[in-house]
Amino acid sequence: MSRLAPFVLVAVLLAAWEIACRALHVPAYFLPPPSAVALALKDNLPTLVAAAGRTLSTAVIALVIASLVAQALAILTALSPLLDRAIRPLASVVQVTPVVAIAPLLLIWAGLDHPGRALVALAVLVAFFPIFSGAVSGLRAADPDLERLFTLYGAGRWQRVLRLRLPSAIPFLLEGHKVGAGLALIGAVVAEFGAGSGKVQGLAWQMLDAGNKLQTARMIAALVVLGAMGVALHALLEAVERAGLKWWRGR
Amino acid sequence: MIVAALNGVEVEYGPGLALGPLSLEIGAGETVALVGPSGCGKSTALRLLAGLEAPTRGSITRAAGRGETAVVFQAPTLAPWLSAQANVALPLELAGVAQTDAHRRAAEALARVGLAGAETKRPVQLSGGMAMRVSLARALVTEPKLLLLDEPFAALDEITRRTLADDVLNLWAATRPAIVFVTHNVEEAVYMASRVVVLTRGPGRIAADLRVDGPMPRPPHFRAEATFRATSEAVSAALAEGVAA
Repeated sequence: MSRLAPFVLVAVLLAAWEIACRALHVPAYFLPPPSAVALALKDNLPTLVAAAGRTLSTAVIALVIASLVAQALAILTALSPLLDRAIRPLASVVQVTPVVAIAPLLLIWAGLDHPGRALVALAVLVAFFPIFSGAVSGLRAADPDLERLFTLYGAGRWQRVLRLRLPSAIPFLLEGHKVGAGLALIGAVVAEFGAGSGKVQGLAWQMLDAGNKLQTARMIAALVVLGAMGVALHALLEAVERAGLKWWRGR
Repeated sequence: MIVAALNGVEVEYGPGLALGPLSLEIGAGETVALVGPSGCGKSTALRLLAGLEAPTRGSITRAAGRGETAVVFQAPTLAPWLSAQANVALPLELAGVAQTDAHRRAAEALARVGLAGAETKRPVQLSGGMAMRVSLARALVTEPKLLLLDEPFAALDEITRRTLADDVLNLWAATRPAIVFVTHNVEEAVYMASRVVVLTRGPGRIAADLRVDGPMPRPPHFRAEATFRATSEAVSAALAEGVAA
């Protein structure tokens, strides 16, 4: 019963919204009723799904790049205290810089003919930090007594990283990738808004386009697709994290 | 023959002296218990013997080189992502032994501590006592000359402690490494050690160095014998004196 509670709440809210729109004669460009949104969703589904696919592919490519770069840099910080001192402050700068603020610059650098590259780069910037900071913490989270044993057994620097610190970091890496993937999707959408170009017709562009044409129902339909995609991605990543932890711990 | 020795070592943590001055020689095949009140620096003394820490003053002699010294910590300290067998094989692999060879020797070491059949188990699937045995197997797999145990059974129940104490002595009888172990438990010290070194409260110095007579490994009912009781009394008295000093 309690599992149904959120669905009941959603149904009640949708009904209230529908009734309010009809009773108060709210203009459709201002706030269309849920039935109109459902209709817009049905009519535009192929376009919206294709747009969602483009946004998702931007996010996934960005996640892969962010993952590789973040982990490589984190391993460098684990190998040398000097590199650690050099890299970590720069990583923080990346974290605190708002994507929207760098979007115009990256669009210029990527070349106006390749806005897709700029979108990926922006999403990479957003996804990078949680993975990097997870990896950095994880690489330092090895059991200190295991570290002592590695010293006792005369382990080399690379042996220590590959056989102790990286495996110890796996739970942190799983968590970092979960957060990073969610942010990559948000980053991709924000970057699309920032780019505002019709060249990459992702979900954000669908919303901008519908907004320009005062097709508010279509805007909300795009938002619904975006939300559904986010929820699905989150569920997938939770499942991956659980499976990964089970594999790591053996139970 | 001396396996390891502390020569007038002192260790400072921050402003104060944590240990010493302390001189202690560990002979080949000896089993030495270090007992003393909390904070007297017994674990520090153990880490000095292991070469995991350097003294502030004084020197350390170690005949047992790297790869000939093994440590067992209070917690089993196993890698959760590795099977029991892979955990035991780890020291060999780090020393460059080929994987198949290392795993074969690891399986043998597990069998010696009574864990044949548990090779593929992960640490999370083991009881506290079993995990400690894996830790012991990992320490023994390199056939060390010096085996250091830092309160190894402190977290276990009494029955498991006693079983493990006998197991350690039986394992000791096979290759006779020098053993130094830290414990809070006077009876455990007297049961397992041929020599009990009592430290004063911190900074730890030697309050007493007592020989424990009797055969090794211990015969059944050794705890009921007069030697055991008399030595336990003497160790307790030295401890009380060391705390008061």
